[in-house]
Amino acid sequence: MSQATLRVQKISGHAGSVPGDDAQREYTVCKLIDTTTCIGCKACEVACMEWNDLPFGETVFDNTYQTMPETRWNYWNLILFNEHEKEDGSLMWLMRKNQCMHCADPGCLAACPSDGAIVQYTNGIVDFQQANCIGCGYCITGCPFDIPKMNPKTNRVFKCTLCSDRVSEGLEPACIKSCPTGCLHFGSKEDMKDLAEKRAMQLRTDYNFPQAGVYDPAGVGGTGVVYVLHDATKPELYGGLPSNPSIPWSVRLWKGPLKWLGNAAMIGGILGLVVHYLRFGPKEREETIKQPHEGAEP
Amino acid sequence: MTNGWVDMKNTDMMLIMGGNPAENHPCGFKWAIEAKRTRSAKMISVDPRFTRTSSVADMFCQIRAGTDIAFLGGLINYAIENNRIAKEYLVNYTNAAFVIKSDFKLPADTDGVFSGFDETKFSYDKTTWNYDAAGGPGHNAAVAGTPPGLPGSVDYDLTLQNPNCVFQLLKKHYSRYTPEIIERITGIPKEQFLKAAELYTSIRKDGDMKKAGTIIYAVGWTHHSFGTQIIRTAAMLQLLLGNVGRAGGGVNALRGHSNIQGATDMAGLFDTLPGYLKVPTPGDASFDAWMKRATPTASKPAPWDSWNYYGNTSKFTVSLMKAFYGDAATKQNDWAFDYLPKVDRDYSWTNLWNDMYNGTVKGMLAFGMNGVAIGPDSNKNIDALKKAEWLVVGEIYQDETSEFWKSPRVIAQGDMKQIQTTVYRLPCAGFAEKDGSFTNSARWLLWKNAAVPTPGDCRLDQAIVAQIFLKVRDLYKKEGGKFPDPILNLTWAYTTPQSPALSEVLKELNGKALADLEDPATKVQIKAGQQLPGFAWLKDDGTTACGNWIYSGSFTEAGNQTARRDPSDPSNMGVHPGWGWSWPANRRVLYNRASCDVEGKPWDPSRKQIWWNEGSGKWVGNDVPDFKVDSKPKDHMGPFIMNPEGVGRIFAPLAAFADGPFPEFYEPIESPIDNLFHAGRTHNPVVTKFKDADDKFGTVKEGFNVVCTTFRLTEHYHYWTKNNPMNVQLVPEPFIEMAAEMADELGIRGGEHVKISSARGDYIAKAMVTKRIKSMMIDGKKTYQIGIPFHWGYRGIAEDEGKTARTLVNALSHTAVDPNAHTPEFKGFLVKVEKV
Repeated sequence: MSQATLRVQKISGHAGSVPGDDAQREYTVCKLIDTTTCIGCKACEVACMEWNDLPFGETVFDNTYQTMPETRWNYWNLILFNEHEKEDGSLMWLMRKNQCMHCADPGCLAACPSDGAIVQYTNGIVDFQQANCIGCGYCITGCPFDIPKMNPKTNRVFKCTLCSDRVSEGLEPACIKSCPTGCLHFGSKEDMKDLAEKRAMQLRTDYNFPQAGVYDPAGVGGTGVVYVLHDATKPELYGGLPSNPSIPWSVRLWKGPLKWLGNAAMIGGILGLVVHYLRFGPKEREETIKQPHEGAEP
Repeated sequence: MTNGWVDMKNTDMMLIMGGNPAENHPCGFKWAIEAKRTRSAKMISVDPRFTRTSSVADMFCQIRAGTDIAFLGGLINYAIENNRIAKEYLVNYTNAAFVIKSDFKLPADTDGVFSGFDETKFSYDKTTWNYDAAGGPGHNAAVAGTPPGLPGSVDYDLTLQNPNCVFQLLKKHYSRYTPEIIERITGIPKEQFLKAAELYTSIRKDGDMKKAGTIIYAVGWTHHSFGTQIIRTAAMLQLLLGNVGRAGGGVNALRGHSNIQGATDMAGLFDTLPGYLKVPTPGDASFDAWMKRATPTASKPAPWDSWNYYGNTSKFTVSLMKAFYGDAATKQNDWAFDYLPKVDRDYSWTNLWNDMYNGTVKGMLAFGMNGVAIGPDSNKNIDALKKAEWLVVGEIYQDETSEFWKSPRVIAQGDMKQIQTTVYRLPCAGFAEKDGSFTNSARWLLWKNAAVPTPGDCRLDQAIVAQIFLKVRDLYKKEGGKFPDPILNLTWAYTTPQSPALSEVLKELNGKALADLEDPATKVQIKAGQQLPGFAWLKDDGTTACGNWIYSGSFTEAGNQTARRDPSDPSNMGVHPGWGWSWPANRRVLYNRASCDVEGKPWDPSRKQIWWNEGSGKWVGNDVPDFKVDSKPKDHMGPFIMNPEGVGRIFAPLAAFADGPFPEFYEPIESPIDNLFHAGRTHNPVVTKFKDADDKFGTVKEGFNVVCTTFRLTEHYHYWTKNNPMNVQLVPEPFIEMAAEMADELGIRGGEHVKISSARGDYIAKAMVTKRIKSMMIDGKKTYQIGIPFHWGYRGIAEDEGKTARTLVNALSHTAVDPNAHTPEFKGFLVKVEKV
C-alpha cells in the first residue's frame, strides 16, 4: 500500500467537498480477529503500547485476567476476558481483542462538530486528528462501541489509529505483527471477509459450533475490524459486543435533519449575547491568581 | 521433544496435559493452532484449571493435580479394550512381544509394589524386571558377582498371547484402571473420561494407521514425586497407538526456558556428562570398567536386528576426554579417567540445598536462577543461605536470592543481624546482550547475536566463570595442591582466555580431527585440525575430540550451522532443513524409521518423512533418516536405535527406572485420600523425604484439605518481569485462583485477601474467584483445588512500593523428589485456605 491509501474521504464538521475525493478509490483495509484462536496472550496490547509510544499506567487487580476494565485514552487495544457457562455445563473462556472498529459509517465522525478532528481515509481507517479536537466528547457518545476516550488533562480524545502510520508505509498494524497464533489477519476487506467466512464454515462443519459466524454489523455500514465468533447470534457474550450497533438517533438527528435547529439555536445564542451586551455592557475582569496549568500531554 | 514445534502442524489429535502452551509457550503454540486451522485437528486439554489452552481446546477435563498416571493408564486400558491400537507397529517396533521372566510380579499381585521391593532400603532389586532369554528360563541366569544384564537373544511371541509377554502384562496391569476408579481418583466424571478416551484413540479407529496424535506436556508432569513415570505412561500410550516417529505424533516436552534443553544437553544434571553420557562412579575402577558398565549390548529376538547405537559409547566418551584434557588424555593414562570426579551419591538440587542447610556446603555460585524462589520449600532454602559463608549471585536484577536476608520471614524473626553470609552480587548480561546459541524444545540450536552492548560494569557469564577458573588455575600452579592435574591440564585454548568466545566453545563441542582420518567406505578424508562433519566420525583411539557428541555437526568446516536461516521447506512438512541445526545430525523427528511400515512404506503417503528406496538401497526422504541408511527392511532392524532392543520399550527392563518397569499410580506425597489401588501404599514407595526441621508434611486431618498447584502466566517470565513496568501493568499483583463455589462457602469475594498455608509456610494474596475451577468429587468426597501463579517475591516494582504481600509461593511447596529425575513435587500438595 502506498501513501495514496491515506487520502481523506470524509471530514467531520466540514462543509463542502472533500479534497481529492474524486480520485480513483483504493481498496479498503480490514483487520480480521478470529476469537476462536485467540489465546489472550496480550502480545497485541504490548505491541500497541510500544509502537504508539504510550506511557505505562497503573492497573489494579480486579478478579480477572483482563488488564483493565475498558480501553483508556492511552490504552487502545484491550483483550476482554469473559467466562461463559454453556447450557450443557461446559465452560467457554471468551477472549475478544477490543479496539476501534473503524466503521464504514463512523458514529464518532458523524457526531464530531470540529472541522477535521476526525477523518476517514479512503482505505477505511478512521483517524482522530488531535490538533483539531475541541474536547467536546461528542465522538464518545456517537460511538456504539464505547471506544474513544478523553485525556482529562489535555481534553483531547484518543483511540486506535489502525496504525495508519504503519499502514501508509505498506506495513500491517503492530497488533497483527505481534500475534503469535495468527488469530489476527490484515488485508483488504474482501479478502478478510472471505477468510472469515471460510473459518466460520470450518467451525460449523468440523467443530461443534453450529452458530459460528462473522461479525461485520450493517448498522454502521460494516466495520474495518471483523470478528469470527463461536456464536455469532450472541455477540454480547464477548464483553458486550452489540448485536446491532448503530449511530445513536440523537447524533443522526442532530447532524442530519435537525442540523438547522442547532444553527438556529446558535444564532439565537449570539443574538442573545448581543442583546445582553447592549443591555448590561462588558463584564469586568476579576483579579484572581490561577494555578499554573499542568503540563500538557499529547 | 521427539518431534518439534513446527511439526505440530502435521497432527490430527493433540492431548495437552501437564502443560499450558497457550500461556507458557504462546509462540510455539501457533503450530497447534495451525493444525486446527489447516487440518481441523482436535485438541484435548487436561488440567487442574481451565486455562487459556483449554479455551481453544475441543474438550477440557479438570483433573486433580498429581493423578495423571491414573488418567493415562485409563487411556491405555481403553485403547486395548476397544482395539484402538497399532497392531503391526506394536508387534514390530515395540517390545510388546518380548517375554518377561516368570518371577516378575505386578503391584496388583505384590501388595502395591513390583517384585523385588526392599522395605528397609525403599528400593528395588530389579533382577526380575528382565526379559526371558530365548530357549527358556535359565538361559540368562545371573552370573555371580556381576550385575544382571539383558539377554542377547530374547524369548518372544509375535501373537502376543503368551501370558508373560509384555503386551499381556500391560493389559493385565492397566485393566485395573477402569473409568469408575479413574473418576474416584482424578475427579473426572466417568462419562467425560470416556468421551476424552474415545476422542484421543479415534485416530486408530478400525485399524487405520494414517492419522497421528501428539502428546504435549511440560512441568505439570515433571513436578511430581513420580513425574518420570507420568511421561513414561504417555510414551507407552504413544507406542501402543503407533504415534512415535511420526509427523504430527510423538511425546513432546515443552521446555520452560529458551535454553533449558541446552542446559540438559550440556550436563545440567549431576548424573550425566555432556550428551547424556553416564558419569563414572566410585565402583568404576578404570576407564574400561566404566565403559563396560555404561555401554549396552544388543538384546532382541534372534531373527531381528538391533543397531544398539549406544554401543558407540566409548567413542563419544574418549572424544569427550580429549576435548576436556587434550594431550593430557592418552590411552596410557586411561584417557585421564582419574581426573573425572566419581559421583558417589545424589547431588541434585534439593540435596545441595539440604547440604547447605546442614552446614556441609559452605558457599554457592548462583547464575541464571533465583534459587530461593525457584526451589521447593523457600523457607528452608533461606535458612540454608543463612548458614552459608558466602554467596555469589550473577544477575541482572536484585533478586530474592541475593537479598535472602530481606525476606519477610527473616524480618519478622528479627535475626537479620545474626546472618554472617557474605553476599557478592555480580552484574551480569541479559539475554539480548549476549551471543551464543539457544537449544529450543525441538532440539533446534539457533544462534543469536548480541542485540545491545552490556550496560555499565556488567560482564558476560563466560567472562566471570573464565576469570574464576584462571585464578584457581594460577593458585594451583603456584601452590600445587593434592591433585592439581585436572585443573592444570584442562583444555583452555581460547583466543581470549579471560572471556572465551562462545563460537569457539561451540566449535569445541562440535569436535575436530586430531589426526588425518579416512572413512573406509566412502574414502572421504578429514585432515587433522579440521572440524568434524558429525558424530559418526568419532573414534575411541584418541584421534578425535568432541565436547558433546550430540552437538557434533553443529559447527563444521562449512561454518556455524546453528546460524543458518534458510526458511525454505521443500516438503512442506515443517522440516526447514536449512534453519538452524537440530541434534542429532539435523534430524527433525526422532525415530522416523517408525513412520513407515515394515516394508519401508510411509504409513501415510500424504505425510512422507523417510522411506526405503529399493533402487538405491537406501533410506531417503524429507528428513534425515534416524536409522542405518542401508539397513534393508527385510533385516528387521528396530527403529528405536538408541535402545539395545532396537524397539520401543513398553516394558522398561532392569535399572531403567527406579520405581518400576510399568508406571503404577501412587498418590502425591501430600494427598487428600489413600491410594485406591492399594491403601497400604499411598505414595511412590522409592521416594525418600528429608527429615530436617523445615521438612514438614501436612495431612487432611490437620486441616490441610485443599489440593494446591502452582503455575505460570503469559504476562510474566519467572521472577524477572516483576521489575518491568509493562509486565506489571498487564498483571499487577499476585493472586490465588479458586472456585466460585469454594469462595462462597468461605465468604470470600474476588479481590479480597486470602491466606494459604501448608505445613511449611504461608502465602497471602488476593482471591481470583472463577468458574474455571470447579469442586471435584474425590472418592465420593467434595474436594477443592486451587492454583497459584508463582511470579512474585519480595523484590520488584510492586513489592518495593509495598503493594503486595511479598511472600514466595514456594514457601508452601515441599521437598520430595522424583527418584529418577530428582525433580521436586511443586504440584499437588495440600494447603489450608482462610479469609484474611
